[in-house]
Amino acid sequence: MALVELRNVSKIYQLGGEEIRALDDVSLDIDSGEFISIIGPSGSGKSTLMHILGCLDSPSKGTIQLDGVMIQNASARELAAMRNRKIGFVFQFFNLLPKLNVTQNVELPMIYSGINGKERRKRALAALEAVDLVNRAKHRPSQLSGGQQQRVAIARALVNDPRIIFADEPTGNLDSHTGDAILSLFRRLSQEGRTIVLVTHDPEIAAVTPRRIEIRDGKIATKVDLTLAGLAGRQTAANLSQPSPSA
Amino acid sequence: MPLLNTILVGFKEVWTHKFRSVLTMLGIILGVASLVGMAAIIKGMENGMKEAMIAMGGADKVLLEQQEVPVDQEHLADQAPGRTMLDVQALKQAAPMLRVVSPEMAVNNVLLTRADKTCMPSECVGVWSAVVEMNLHTLEHGRFFTELDEEHANPVCVIGTAIRDELFGSPEQVGQEIVPIGEVIQINSQPFTIVGMFARYEGEREKKERELAKTKPAEEVAGPSRQRGWGRRGNWAFQRKNLTIYMPLNTAWVRFRAAGDKDGIPDPRLSDIDLKVGDMSELEPALQQARNVLMLTHRGIEDFGFRTQENQLESINTQIRNARMSGGVIAAISLLVGGIGIMNIMLASINERIREIGICKAVGATGLAVFIQVLIESVVIAMLGAAMGVMASYGFVRVLELVSPTANAPVITTGALLIAVAFSIGVGVVAGLFPAFKAARLHPIQALRYE
Ligand SMILES: Nc1ncnc2c1ncn2[C@@H]1O[C@H](COP(=O)(O)OP(=O)(O)O)[C@@H](O)[C@H]1O
Ligand SMILES: [Mg+2]
Repeated sequence: MALVELRNVSKIYQLGGEEIRALDDVSLDIDSGEFISIIGPSGSGKSTLMHILGCLDSPSKGTIQLDGVMIQNASARELAAMRNRKIGFVFQFFNLLPKLNVTQNVELPMIYSGINGKERRKRALAALEAVDLVNRAKHRPSQLSGGQQQRVAIARALVNDPRIIFADEPTGNLDSHTGDAILSLFRRLSQEGRTIVLVTHDPEIAAVTPRRIEIRDGKIATKVDLTLAGLAGRQTAANLSQPSPSA
Repeated sequence: MPLLNTILVGFKEVWTHKFRSVLTMLGIILGVASLVGMAAIIKGMENGMKEAMIAMGGADKVLLEQQEVPVDQEHLADQAPGRTMLDVQALKQAAPMLRVVSPEMAVNNVLLTRADKTCMPSECVGVWSAVVEMNLHTLEHGRFFTELDEEHANPVCVIGTAIRDELFGSPEQVGQEIVPIGEVIQINSQPFTIVGMFARYEGEREKKERELAKTKPAEEVAGPSRQRGWGRRGNWAFQRKNLTIYMPLNTAWVRFRAAGDKDGIPDPRLSDIDLKVGDMSELEPALQQARNVLMLTHRGIEDFGFRTQENQLESINTQIRNARMSGGVIAAISLLVGGIGIMNIMLASINERIREIGICKAVGATGLAVFIQVLIESVVIAMLGAAMGVMASYGFVRVLELVSPTANAPVITTGALLIAVAFSIGVGVVAGLFPAFKAARLHPIQALRYE
């Protein structure tokens, strides 16, 4: 059984009587340990897909199974628990709490899972170690560079040892050099066995992942060979370094 | 989410907006201060009134009052005899349930003089020695009147200490206590010999202050000496009691024709008859007995009534209840305004933090966790406000102490403090409910997208 099983999922918004299909009958499997990118132009529905996969939003139609739990009809409370225990998010704009320092930001998910203070501190430090930011533990987010902030966000995503990590345009707000560093961090995490879903509009970034899914107008595009290849099975590590044709 | 952590975060949130938070707390601060202050004033009033009641003769004193005759006896009003010595004698003989019967015949418009000093007593009354027990007097110096004084209508008097102070000088001025027994003073130009003097009557508080002043060396006061604040003279009831001068009843009658006259015929009416019953639990039957006796002496004309201290107590309680009510209303309005302020600031605050709330929800905060967080923040504001209000009320009461009469000095009560704090917390909870509900219901995606 796959870690994530998406079946015929649609997300429909009603805007002034007009129906907007942000997602249109999407089916998708993600296995445990996969490093996968979701690519598509702006407004194609990538974020919507990620939000539904990440239990931030519920689909209008279809079913989702995440780690063996059906979540399309889950209550807000159950979704919060899923996000807390099984999912880590990394956003384009870092989304750190400005009033908390780095350690406190990393501790935040553990506060909501009721872990005691000592354990929280220990795990937060371990997570900061993993992103090489222990020396900034007491700093405020505003005192860090963009790349460092994003690494704090990644540490926060890792800290509850989630089953899957979603990153929505994680390099979108960074210069290319820093962005590369963040991407290699994701690659390292993937090699350590983490399941990572990378959402991007940039084919060059998508090229680092063994599997790519292309979204167009809320549908999974089937035309692109590489994506089909991705659906067919996991790619070899050799593909990692190859530049991919733009979509 | 652990409660302590939530509270800490709440404090932090308040701390980041210190100025705004204090402004918000103002309503609560004023509410608490006015509630505690009002309660303190009322408590002071209550203490003063209770002291006054004891000063006036205690709770078991019953006044026999002159009253309008009832409607069905209006045609007999002319023949109403009023309160006379006949009543007193009859009561003493025929109403054994009464312990003390004390007739009083007041001499009006009295001026006391001694050499070049004058004094207006609060009351100058002809009495029996029963008055000592009736009005709870303590004779400290000399003697009270004897039967011979009464019989001969001797020109003797017993005075309160305030009269001594006025005519001979107070211990504070003279530096020693003068006991003017045997001295002669003029009561409306008639010479009277002082045979006794009462103790100095004062409230607990005045006593303490006076003792304190005694041990401290007198400070040099620059400029003319002047009383601080107005009415800072202690309980008026004690003041009045100290300004009393008594003479034998017969003296008042013979030398002053005290109760005046009616068409040239001396009128032997008394100005007061006071009663005390033997057993307070038998008050009703004792008064019934007295009424029966008086109905005989008054030939069935009911021109009298009884006024017990129960009525007095009741009226004190009514006054206190009214004062409490108005104080409570003022405090409640302040607290309501405070609550609205808190709700307003909490709504503004969550509006500013929609994105933060979105982030918390994305990492797993449940609606309940957000709800509790906002609610606790609101309660923290209210509690800080209450704490400041308590401090403010102490300052407020200090100021009130300086301007109010000593006897009625406000007293802060623990009950009022607890009620004020509890109410503030309640206001914090109620004011936080709606903002907390709003925050809890935010959809994570919309909150994250919020600019
Ligand atoms: N809350 C919403 N209400 C209406 N339309 C929405 C809403 N959220 C997203 N959409 C629409 O759904 C489509 C997909 O959006 P999104 O998933 O954010 O695209 P992407 O992340 O690929 O840029 C867009 O056309 C967007 O306008
Ligand atoms: Mg997007």
